[in-house]
Amino acid sequence: MKNRGRIALASETAETAETVAAGGASAAAPKRSASANIAKFRELGLLAFIVLLSAGVQLRNPSFLTWENINDIATNTAILSILAVGMMLVIVTRGIDLSIGATLALSGMIAALTVKQYPGANPALALLIGVGIGLACGAVLGFLVSKVRILPIIATLGMMNVFRGLTFEASGGKWVSAHQMPDSFKAIATGKLLGVNHLILIAVVIYLVAYFFVNHTRTGRQVYAVGSNPESAAISGIRTGRILGLVYTVMGGLSGLAGVLWVSKFASAQGDTASGYELSVIAACVLGGVSIAGGSGKISGIVLGSVLLGILNNALPMIDVSPFWQNWIQGMIILVAVLVNALVKRGIDRNHLMRRRI
Amino acid sequence: MKKMWAFGLTAVLSISLLAGCGGGGNGNGKAASSPDDGGKASGSSPAGSAAAGDSGSGSSGGAKKFAIVFKNTGNPYGEKMMEGFKKAIEEKGGEAILKAPDQPTAEAQIQMIEELISQKVDSIAIAGNDPDALQPALKKAMNAGIKVLSLDSAVNAQSRLVHVNQADPERIGRTLIQGVSEMIGGEGEIAILSATSQATNQNTWIEWMKKELEDAKYSKIKLVKVAYGDDLRDKSVSETEALLKSYPNLKGIIAPTTVGIAAAGKVLTDKGLKGKVMLTGLGLPSEMAEYIESGVCPWMYLWNPIDVGYLAGYAAEALVGGELAGKTGEKFSAGTLGEKEVVADGDGTQIMLGDPFKFDSSNIAEWKAVY
Repeated sequence: MKNRGRIALASETAETAETVAAGGASAAAPKRSASANIAKFRELGLLAFIVLLSAGVQLRNPSFLTWENINDIATNTAILSILAVGMMLVIVTRGIDLSIGATLALSGMIAALTVKQYPGANPALALLIGVGIGLACGAVLGFLVSKVRILPIIATLGMMNVFRGLTFEASGGKWVSAHQMPDSFKAIATGKLLGVNHLILIAVVIYLVAYFFVNHTRTGRQVYAVGSNPESAAISGIRTGRILGLVYTVMGGLSGLAGVLWVSKFASAQGDTASGYELSVIAACVLGGVSIAGGSGKISGIVLGSVLLGILNNALPMIDVSPFWQNWIQGMIILVAVLVNALVKRGIDRNHLMRRRI
Repeated sequence: MKKMWAFGLTAVLSISLLAGCGGGGNGNGKAASSPDDGGKASGSSPAGSAAAGDSGSGSSGGAKKFAIVFKNTGNPYGEKMMEGFKKAIEEKGGEAILKAPDQPTAEAQIQMIEELISQKVDSIAIAGNDPDALQPALKKAMNAGIKVLSLDSAVNAQSRLVHVNQADPERIGRTLIQGVSEMIGGEGEIAILSATSQATNQNTWIEWMKKELEDAKYSKIKLVKVAYGDDLRDKSVSETEALLKSYPNLKGIIAPTTVGIAAAGKVLTDKGLKGKVMLTGLGLPSEMAEYIESGVCPWMYLWNPIDVGYLAGYAAEALVGGELAGKTGEKFSAGTLGEKEVVADGDGTQIMLGDPFKFDSSNIAEWKAVY
């Protein structure tokens, strides 16, 4: 919430010099629209929604809230949530990255081919290779978006096809199967440390780092500044190009990491791995309150967004609804979240206008 | 300067994008052809240029052109099928054109069919992504004198002359139930993990499984649920986990789809349920080798995709050569597979490859390298 306030303030001061000082505004006692009040509680609302949903599912299927199932949800959601961190940074800068599914497939495939060729290799090497390829893919995108100034949606759509093509080319259209992967590689995703699955641990570490980066580093704050208002960010001395390049590279690196984890988890690498997965990641961000218009989004929000999607994916098969309704329910929930987001934003904007002295 | 750059790159990107979705045929056909002899095959199918003119005389002389359109690229199963098709065509001296779209959609296939019509091929064999949506395009092809047959995944009877079936759906359905019954000792709860809820193949097999279950000897076996993993890894894993939790007494899972059975094998392995929950179904030997060798899946079935393609190749030759019109009761010779007969299939006709092939620990080692 503190975060949101700061961003709002930043964009306000940037947008117009006549913005009224906070004190003056409170003296004028402006009517706050109801939806603006919700903004403060939006994450609480999401949390409440998750609790309600869980309770409902639990009523229908008592094996839902068991330790084993919660563990399964966390493990299955880890990869999605890792990608959501990168996607949030990209969306905050008013961008979007549609290529992450393809980047994930490419780095996963190359990592799988490597361990197939050298079964004795340390699994850490596979991770490094995956992340490296992801970083390279991301850097190319960053270059296209920041230096060449292609619209992110076009650049990433184009590169998505390029990366998919490379994946097919690298694998010759063949799959890498479980029996071709050494156990050490598969253990990346199945292994446990202190009883907690590696995937969950990796996701938690990434979230801690991201939280620190976003809230407590200068570069992290600059990401938001660039998203709130690129022109004024540039005027105030932020190298917007660099920030854009950075977020796409980070996104690529996380996709690369996710690719290795994916292949290790499912013990299979296909050319069409995670096809369309980018949409789930974007959905997780949107559910978590990240605004597609850029400038706002919080780590706690995307945690909840990912968890909600994870619960949906886990619970819908368990409540025994027909597959047609599964898609319908998932779509409706995303739609409602977006609707709330839009209403809240409208409320905030109206408030800003009301507080402005003419 | 910067603007020029931006403009240039945007232009290049958008062109490559257009080529990616629009031109479909050329690049994709190449990616789809089997890696071993792919160069040659794709080289001989320059979609654009072949449409020009001289090649249109396919029926009057020179090598006849036989096209095969699979569901999507990058599927080893489809590649084996196309390999078998190509082998059959080349044995008879024809020219094989191998094609498959990037995404498994009917729209992409329609576009490829249109291209093949203007290329004036003699025959199109298609593994349909949708039974009905392809009808207008395939009808147009037949009106242009092209012999249309489907293989693997059928299109409706109005849009084909004959269908080449991997194996008898009835035999598949019944064999799978017999297999799982043997594994669980004829008693207990079983579930099915299928592909999408609208997948033509899987639904037919499931129908036959249910019919087989009506037999009195399966009175102690209960089918508790049909789950749909949509042939996606993550979804198949979630569905399998949900089955295990919702039905703690589950004894067996039948997964008649390659992604589903491998995902289920992985879940059962990770959860240490080997021997407690039995797994069988239809899967790729390479994907399933790990789980068959470990005993999570005692055995599974599949037909030989090379033979499916091979049979379709000979059927296409026979259709173009006039030995076959797609009527019930006709017989033709299918190379090494011997003589095959056309049988009725609903309001259409089909040619059956035979019983599904069983893969178990005794033969999986030799097959996992094949496909």
